[in-house]
Amino acid sequence: MAKLRNNYESSAWFRFLSWMKKGSSRMERDMIHALETEALPNQRSETEQLALDREREEKERRDRENERAIQDKLHLWSTRRGSRLVRVAYRCAAVLICVAIIYVLLVSMSEEPMFGQAENPVNNEVSARYIEDGLTETGSVNIVGGMILDYRAFDTLGESHVLFIAACSVMLLLRMNLDKNGRPTREQLDAEADDRKYEPHNDVILQKVSNLIVPCLLLFGIYVVLNGHLSAGGGFSGGAIMGAALILYVNAHGLTKASQHKLFGAKVFKYVTFAALAFYSLAKSYSFFMGANHLDSHIPLGTPGNILSAGLILPMNISVVAVSLKKKYSFYPLFRKGDF
Amino acid sequence: MEFLGIVLLAFILICALAVCLTRNLMVSIIILMSQSLAMSVIWILLESPDLAITEAAVGAGVTSLLFFVTLKKIHAIGGEKQDGEAEE
Repeated sequence: MAKLRNNYESSAWFRFLSWMKKGSSRMERDMIHALETEALPNQRSETEQLALDREREEKERRDRENERAIQDKLHLWSTRRGSRLVRVAYRCAAVLICVAIIYVLLVSMSEEPMFGQAENPVNNEVSARYIEDGLTETGSVNIVGGMILDYRAFDTLGESHVLFIAACSVMLLLRMNLDKNGRPTREQLDAEADDRKYEPHNDVILQKVSNLIVPCLLLFGIYVVLNGHLSAGGGFSGGAIMGAALILYVNAHGLTKASQHKLFGAKVFKYVTFAALAFYSLAKSYSFFMGANHLDSHIPLGTPGNILSAGLILPMNISVVAVSLKKKYSFYPLFRKGDF
Repeated sequence: MEFLGIVLLAFILICALAVCLTRNLMVSIIILMSQSLAMSVIWILLESPDLAITEAAVGAGVTSLLFFVTLKKIHAIGGEKQDGEAEE
């Protein structure tokens, strides 16, 4: 645009220089400029003021018209041609992707050996070794427990870290922080009010039943965890049971009453998960450097069938249950009101 | 035993189809819950009780609860209509 420049301040060179000097952006400068012009209203004569006002109104009107034109254009496009185009493309893409996935799955299925034949690669010496020598090598009566926490402990290590990362990302997405003074923000109060509106108000049947059931459920969960090397179960199942029991309790008695207890706070969550994951990683992450080979821990295996046997399996079950229980329980208040 | 397994598998198939075909979100979550429960019985029939415990607690319990809470949050299902509160 060929235009006579009479103000040096808005020239590109000046802007570049000032940007180099103190990094002020154009918007900042505009704001300062606006402040300066607003601060001196009295020194201007009335006619000048009127002219300025008129100019500003004119500019606003033009901006509004531009905006409306753009919006109309977009709206027209999205309702008429654009949406039809997108819909057709979406359907075509959906069908194509479905066909491609089905093709890939069918091809990979046809490459697989027949189900249940003796010479399949599944029936190799590894599973036979687990079944025959599992008891003597790991000391765990529950072969599954011995497998996932001893032979393939690095697998479970990754699994518990996945749980931890899932809990972390849910917290990142859903947690609402307090403001700078440590008071709850407006958003948080709104969420709480919304939550209270839907909460059952002292449902007697639910409360009595939960009083009856929750201790039994917690006890059963602890039993499943501590007997992980003796009977079916282990860290993950026990954590699921105890988490479900805690959620039932919270549902019956209200979130505020339960979340006042320190044991359910975010701080405890942090420390317990860290301790459990650190212990587990210290105990078993050597597998990644040894090519999943066994390293003798010099912990006596004990008599199979005793509660204190099977070496590291019992403490590792406990650390897994800490991670999984904390995750299951923290999800519920996070989903409900963005805090716990 | 085999008959029970076949019945449960058919039930799971019907449930999976019904979850997709129901319009009501709440009903589809409840169907998902029952499907999970049938699956946990199948795990017991396949002699893996630890998986059955986890499936019953996570699949039928915690997951559907989280679904319910999410639906409440986005006002897809109503809350309790007591205290004379008007539903939007």
